[in-house]
Amino acid sequence: MIKILKYSFFDLMRSRWSYVYFAFYLLLGFVLLFLNTDVSKAVITLMNVVIILVPLMGTLFGVMYYYNSKEFIELLLAQPIKRTSIFIGQYLGVATSLTFSLIVGLGIPFLVYGIFKSDAILDFSLLLVTGGFLTFIFTAISFYIGLSNENKIKGFGYAIVFWLFMAVIYDGLFLISLIVFEAYPLDTFSLFASLANPIDLSRILILLKLDISALMGYTGAIFQKFFGTQWGVVIAMGVLLLWVIVPVFLIRRKALKKDF
Amino acid sequence: MITIENIHKSFGKIRVLKGIDLDIPKGSAVAILGPNGSGKTTLMKSLLGMVVPDQGRILLNNTTIDRGWKYRNGIDYLPQIANFPNNLKVSELLKMIKDIRGAKTDKETYYIDLFSLHPFLNKKLGTLSGGTKQKVNLVLAFMFDSPILILDEPTSGLDPISLLVLKDIILGEKKKGKTLLISSHIMNFVEKVCDTILFIWEGTIYFNGSITDLKKNTKKDDFEHAIAHLLKSAHD
Amino acid sequence: MISAWTAHSKTIEVCTTCKFQKIGDALASASANDTILIKKGVYKEFNLSIDKPLTVIGENYPIIDGTLKGEIIRITADHVTLDGLFIINVGTSYTEDFSAVRVVRSEYFVIKNLVLEKLFFGIYLEKSSHGRVFHNKIIGDAEEEFNSGNGIQLWYSHHIEVDQNIITHVRDGIYLEFADHCTITNNISRDNVRYGLHFMFSNDDLYEDNTFEKNGAGVAVMFSKNIEMYHNTFQGNWGTASYGLLLKEINDSKIKGNIFKENTIGINIEGSNRVSYTYNTFEKNGWAIKSRGACYTNIFSENNFLYNTFDLSYNGKLNDNSFNDNYWSDYNGYDLNKDGVGDVPHKPVKLFSYVANRTPEAIILLRSLFIDLIDFSEKVSPVFTPDNLEDASPKMKRIAHDHY
Repeated sequence: MIKILKYSFFDLMRSRWSYVYFAFYLLLGFVLLFLNTDVSKAVITLMNVVIILVPLMGTLFGVMYYYNSKEFIELLLAQPIKRTSIFIGQYLGVATSLTFSLIVGLGIPFLVYGIFKSDAILDFSLLLVTGGFLTFIFTAISFYIGLSNENKIKGFGYAIVFWLFMAVIYDGLFLISLIVFEAYPLDTFSLFASLANPIDLSRILILLKLDISALMGYTGAIFQKFFGTQWGVVIAMGVLLLWVIVPVFLIRRKALKKDF
Repeated sequence: MITIENIHKSFGKIRVLKGIDLDIPKGSAVAILGPNGSGKTTLMKSLLGMVVPDQGRILLNNTTIDRGWKYRNGIDYLPQIANFPNNLKVSELLKMIKDIRGAKTDKETYYIDLFSLHPFLNKKLGTLSGGTKQKVNLVLAFMFDSPILILDEPTSGLDPISLLVLKDIILGEKKKGKTLLISSHIMNFVEKVCDTILFIWEGTIYFNGSITDLKKNTKKDDFEHAIAHLLKSAHD
Repeated sequence: MISAWTAHSKTIEVCTTCKFQKIGDALASASANDTILIKKGVYKEFNLSIDKPLTVIGENYPIIDGTLKGEIIRITADHVTLDGLFIINVGTSYTEDFSAVRVVRSEYFVIKNLVLEKLFFGIYLEKSSHGRVFHNKIIGDAEEEFNSGNGIQLWYSHHIEVDQNIITHVRDGIYLEFADHCTITNNISRDNVRYGLHFMFSNDDLYEDNTFEKNGAGVAVMFSKNIEMYHNTFQGNWGTASYGLLLKEINDSKIKGNIFKENTIGINIEGSNRVSYTYNTFEKNGWAIKSRGACYTNIFSENNFLYNTFDLSYNGKLNDNSFNDNYWSDYNGYDLNKDGVGDVPHKPVKLFSYVANRTPEAIILLRSLFIDLIDFSEKVSPVFTPDNLEDASPKMKRIAHDHY
């Protein structure tokens, strides 16, 4: 599996798209810090990028890479290698290379501007950690979608719809249910609803670390009380991890059954 | 050596294999023949575990393969359509597959010479012609020198000279006592290299026997005509 | 008149080598209109009573240490001046409001240049009037509301001038209750546990050029009328329940030329009528203005709304409040005839602000893509937000406030 991971990783690191992705974050980091030397403000802007763009990129790269490497997979399937190693290795290759681009791409400008001397180092690390999680989550899901759909167009379609659902539609339904049930106490509901969506969870985790959390008033205070404790952080990270493990498990199951 | 017991396989509503029973002794050279879509490739892929049968089992040296993977160390496979990662160079591909298999072989140089692939070693696979790709495919299939060879349409896209080279290689491998499974549409080629004919028709074995048996059964002296007759009688 | 007084008065000195070594003794033996000059030194005294018109001056800030026993100075006569004292260690009590200086039923007093530390209440004016509290520095060490007192407290006192004081780390910096016709000017009140300035039932007051910074809750002006608030700065009141300024049941007042910067809520308005908000700048607040219903005839004009997360949160009907002629950094209309006024009206209430007002839990969706999308679509074609709540003549450029 490690060998497959290594080959996918280096295969991707050599591809044009990885350069573009990496260069994008590098540029974004420098531009943000150049326009606004306040590191903590830059972290807020980056949050918007991380919670929208990172899942989208993970989704697109995951499904694209799956379809592009079908030949490679077929070649490997005839070799004495465990099936799951091939798929999990490939998935980890994509997810790691994307995370690598994200962390190094954003890390360099922030290092240059002295993140280690700034108070924002923790917020920034949290940003990168959630960004990494989101990459692994959305790559896994789109990889699974690719694996389940022979038809490329359909696979792309489903992957995009899934992203759209998590990034936009989910919040719409969330909001509607809040309004419909406004007569009831909704704290527990909103806590669970935001735990259930990795994008919302990441957004809230980051927001709570920033000054802007004061705007969230009473509701924010409840979330702060939950996520502010060690247990809250453990649970949040656990949920994110679960979001990685479940799709990976699905990939494994599908990979064992699928014919080529 | 290879025993196939009552293999069934459907893709969706299409039943591709409908109960295949087969015994391939060690050292035999079997030609798998049949019209397009008769299930030849599916049968071969089942042996490799690339297709998981719905029913039945496959035994290799008396052990079921059952989703294992180590047994593939003993099989060399030539896929029908050579699909390679396009942005890899030929030399990188060979190195990578060797690395992934963890095999220490230098046989590839012999085959590279044989197919005159030297000028292409540093070219990306995406830029190669179909024939050249097929040669690379062949190098990959032969270089590990495993006791079982499964070749799906090995002749496709090859020029006459390479075809001769291939024929010689296969005869050589046969002489070494390897077990061969070959599908091809070139009857002349099949007649030269194989001793057993397996004719598959709509997912079942329609004929299984030697070339002589086939000629006797169909009362045709010419192999090609014998096959054509087989095909016609299957349609009736 | 004054020179006639001084001609008859004498100066009594207090120091370790003087005839009077205790301030209390000097106060007791002084007669009206005398001056008591306290030389540098430490005086461990409390319950000092000034019951005749005296001028008490400290030389090089003598220290009066109340040793945490109770009240330190009580003034019960008119025409008293306190000047240049360093008063520390006021006693803390849950039953009595011990203070460093308490003025009771007196007039024409001046309290200036005092430094108060380790206090419970600082300067407490009780039913007194026509006094001046000038240039004092009050540094508390309050951490919680229940066991701390206020810096300067005016209770049933009127015509008081509170000018150029610095107050930090007490409960309320300046507290007015039933205090009319007072002026609060040029003070700095910051880092106080509760309010920087707190008004209750006090009418016809002016506060101008003060700075209120990083107070627990901000500034609260409640149940009062005819208040003028000019050129103050409200800054950095950032917390889940904080605001720059809270107006509750305030009528007929003017809020002009103030700066509200980086507060969770710039102004939180409840049940206030006929208040004009002009020439103020609201910058980088969570909400610039949060208006919670039952407000009539308020005018918001010529204000700058700069980069607030929400410019306006509005509950209920527009009524007859107006929001014209402001500058909104969020405005993205155009000005074809170049008259400096945008040609399309500006809608200052974002849909999300409206939703979050109705369903507070919805705030958890802050900064999500969905919210950005609905805010954008609402801006393009409003469906939910009150139609008539708009600035019909938004300014194209930031309004200069230097002259107001």
